[in-house]
Amino acid sequence: MTDLVLDVRDLSVDYGIGDDAVHAAASVDLALHRGEVLGLAGESGSGKSTLAYAVTRLLRWPGVITGGEAWFHSAADGEVDLLTADADQLRRLRWSEIAVVFQSAMHALNPVYTIGRQLTDVFEVHRPELGRSARRARAIELLRMVGITGDRLGSYPHELSGGMRQRVMIAMALALEPRVVIMDEPTTALDVVTQREILAELIGLRDRLGFAVLFITHDLSLLIELADTIAVMYAGRLVERAPAASLFRAPRHPYTNGLLNSFPALHGEWQRMTGIPGHPPDLRRLPTGCPFHPRCPHAFDKCSTD
Amino acid sequence: MLHLLRRLGFYVLTAWAAVTVNFFIPHLMPGDPVQNLIARQQGKSSPQAVEALRVQLGLTGHQSLWTEYWHYWGQLFHGDLGISTSFFPASVSSVLTVALPWTVALVGAATVVSFLAGTIIGIVVAWRRGSWLDGVLPVATFFQAVPYFFFALVVLIVLGSDLGAFPISGGSDQGLDPGFNWAFISSALYHGFLPMITIVVSSIAGWILGMRNMMVTTMDEDYVLVAQAKGLPTRRVIGYAARNAILPSVSSFSLSLSFVVSGALLTEIVFSYPGIGFQLLQAVQAEDFPLLQGIFLVITFAVLAANLFADVVYAALDPRTRQEA
Amino acid sequence: MTIIETAAPPDVVVPPPPVGRRVVRLPRSPKILLGLGMLLFFVLLAVIGPLLAPQDPTATTVDLLQGPSGAHWLGTTQSGQDVLSQLLVGARSTVLIGFLAGTIATVLSVVVGISAGYFGGLTDDLLSMLTNVFLVIPGLPLLIVLAAYLPSGTGSNPFVIALIVSVTGWAWGARVLRAQTLSLRRRDYVASAQVIGERPLRIIGAEILPNLTAIVASSFVFTVLYAIGTFVALAFLGVVDPSHWSWGSMLFWAESQNAAQVNAWWWFLPPGFAIALLGTSLALLNFGIDEFINPRLRAAGLTRKAARAAGLPRRIRFGLTPSISRGVAR
Repeated sequence: MTDLVLDVRDLSVDYGIGDDAVHAAASVDLALHRGEVLGLAGESGSGKSTLAYAVTRLLRWPGVITGGEAWFHSAADGEVDLLTADADQLRRLRWSEIAVVFQSAMHALNPVYTIGRQLTDVFEVHRPELGRSARRARAIELLRMVGITGDRLGSYPHELSGGMRQRVMIAMALALEPRVVIMDEPTTALDVVTQREILAELIGLRDRLGFAVLFITHDLSLLIELADTIAVMYAGRLVERAPAASLFRAPRHPYTNGLLNSFPALHGEWQRMTGIPGHPPDLRRLPTGCPFHPRCPHAFDKCSTD
Repeated sequence: MLHLLRRLGFYVLTAWAAVTVNFFIPHLMPGDPVQNLIARQQGKSSPQAVEALRVQLGLTGHQSLWTEYWHYWGQLFHGDLGISTSFFPASVSSVLTVALPWTVALVGAATVVSFLAGTIIGIVVAWRRGSWLDGVLPVATFFQAVPYFFFALVVLIVLGSDLGAFPISGGSDQGLDPGFNWAFISSALYHGFLPMITIVVSSIAGWILGMRNMMVTTMDEDYVLVAQAKGLPTRRVIGYAARNAILPSVSSFSLSLSFVVSGALLTEIVFSYPGIGFQLLQAVQAEDFPLLQGIFLVITFAVLAANLFADVVYAALDPRTRQEA
Repeated sequence: MTIIETAAPPDVVVPPPPVGRRVVRLPRSPKILLGLGMLLFFVLLAVIGPLLAPQDPTATTVDLLQGPSGAHWLGTTQSGQDVLSQLLVGARSTVLIGFLAGTIATVLSVVVGISAGYFGGLTDDLLSMLTNVFLVIPGLPLLIVLAAYLPSGTGSNPFVIALIVSVTGWAWGARVLRAQTLSLRRRDYVASAQVIGERPLRIIGAEILPNLTAIVASSFVFTVLYAIGTFVALAFLGVVDPSHWSWGSMLFWAESQNAAQVNAWWWFLPPGFAIALLGTSLALLNFGIDEFINPRLRAAGLTRKAARAAGLPRRIRFGLTPSISRGVAR
């Protein structure tokens, strides 16, 4: 009944193989629906980026997918098994249906090409019917959509400010009007003011174009306005998934609770901050069952097995 | 633009330094170089040659050092590099003008081929990392260590003497008129083939290794992953990476060129190729100082010009240089 | 060439010293071991070579231009001299001058490079200018001019030759070290040492130099390689007195007596191979050190056997994360 676009079941991803393998993600289930904003939250090393890149088969060596399934419901090709798709299939899908916004625009933009070139190259490959002037016109349109003037087409990445670069990345991702946009901490490298602006623009664009978003971040507070559903990861496992509102009101997993309590409120009286005692586990030797139980104040017997 | 002007200024400075060093070396060495020369040669050069040398080097003791220095510069601007003692009374310039085109043609062609082929091979080896192509690397390392002229000797024997496939000396067949006629050019190419492949094989390793290492580093960059995520065809992704990876190769061109030139000179000697290298050997054996110094200056200027060219290419390839802080 | 002029190089991994003891981890890659092994062999040869030589290299016999035989393992030259003896005796000169020149040049490059990088300002400008000039000027012709003007008699003195060769060998290392020093200078522990008021020399010695060990080592190896090549070239040209036995001088005599043309391969192949092998050992060593400095260059870390056992495809393609779920390898 629901418009499922991305269906991830029981996915496990390792770095390396053999005994020394690092279990970056274990048995993760995710479901992304049409037009939904799914926030994927967790601290560094929780496996959230790994998951997203693994699903799109962009994970760098020595990343290996060791189990599970990932299905994409494509507009053109129907149901696609992402993990067994061959190179050509993936190439067709990539960007035209699934796009990625990377974390650091300074590193994600090629320094020796103009941004105009980097915007239009996807057209050359995926929309070959467009002529040169049509491509250019589309690129200018895209820039205007994110609030950048068209004369910047001939600029190089180093000539733009940080916020502008991130906007270019977003424009680039939306170029082919994909169904799913994966955003990997898109605002982490920016100052707070720019962060707000970009998030607001994102929301506006999403409302207009209706794409689904997998928003990866370590900052739960960002997801308050943005996300419909939030999934929380810890040490490679999904520990909680709930609609955004209920997660903030009544988190069910102690880790989520701990995360939420780590943010000081801007208003109100002074509060005693409670961090989460202990430190994240070694991903090569995970505790059995729920990975959080060694640090959890509410742990009981079942936690070590489930 | 500013960047290029700064480079040009640097080259002018270097040229000045080279000329100055060239002028001062005879004055700095212990003893009187002309006396040393006479003592060593024991009658090889004529007295007129020796006297002319003394005048040339500014060692007559008649004028102050400063005046002689100015005089030296004046001569240079007139293209006068002095008079050769072994080819007396021919001027150094005349001797070199004949030899220079051969060397330029050889080194130029060899460097272009070596750079292009080496860069492409480096890209392929980097892209197909983990395949059998990785075996190219230790082979290339070995060849990097082989001195050019040794390889030249091997080539000379194998392809020249044993198989008789290529001529073993000279720049072209005797009796042919130099000029833009096919007979001459084809003969020149035929004679130049062995020296050229010697230089190419000896120098290509450096380009391969350099490009491969840079490609491997570049492939780790995010923008290459983005290109892949965009669903661009493999060739384009490689192109995006290579365009960045090639920059250090272009900028290290100057250092490589010095090596290549030195190696090429020695290769010419082995093949009796009528370029500057050959003149160099004769000059050393005849202790023809003016010729030696003339060769040094000519080679230096040629290398500087090539470097300037490389700088222009670099500025064209890397838009970041056009932005001056 | 922006790399010469601008500040820090791209990300070279130079780990800061751990608090407390400075642990020196000796890399154990096969390349380094092989290179080191070969190098030690040559050094040994240099030391005991002349003692092993069966005959006096300059002694002429009547066996002219003979191939390898029982009496002369590597044959004889145009004037009946024993090639093997020449090779063994020549080893000492070649290796000695190479290392001597390499050492002098490395010391020079360390002094110039670190000073330019650390002190900055006018010092840096002047030293950089000097370095760049020496980098661009073609080395061999300059050395020939220098050597030609040497008063006779000093031409056989290894120290003098080494000194001359090092004149053109220091610039490359200086440039690299300057770039590294520049990036290290900005590190916190240097800044804190300066704030405490430590003298510059002490900071350089205690904080900066130890972190540059790998790079200095690599620079030294490269410089020795260069020095050997240059010395051989000079000897081959006859600029260095050819009666002073070295592998380069052997090639000089071979060339001037047209050994190649008369197919006397036993005369010039041995010294050439020896030079090539010595050079290869140094290059391997350098390769290994490079991999140590820049971990990205190391082999992918997964042997083919292990990969195949896990069910992975033979070659991992870029942008196509392998999946070994459901027993199917893609």
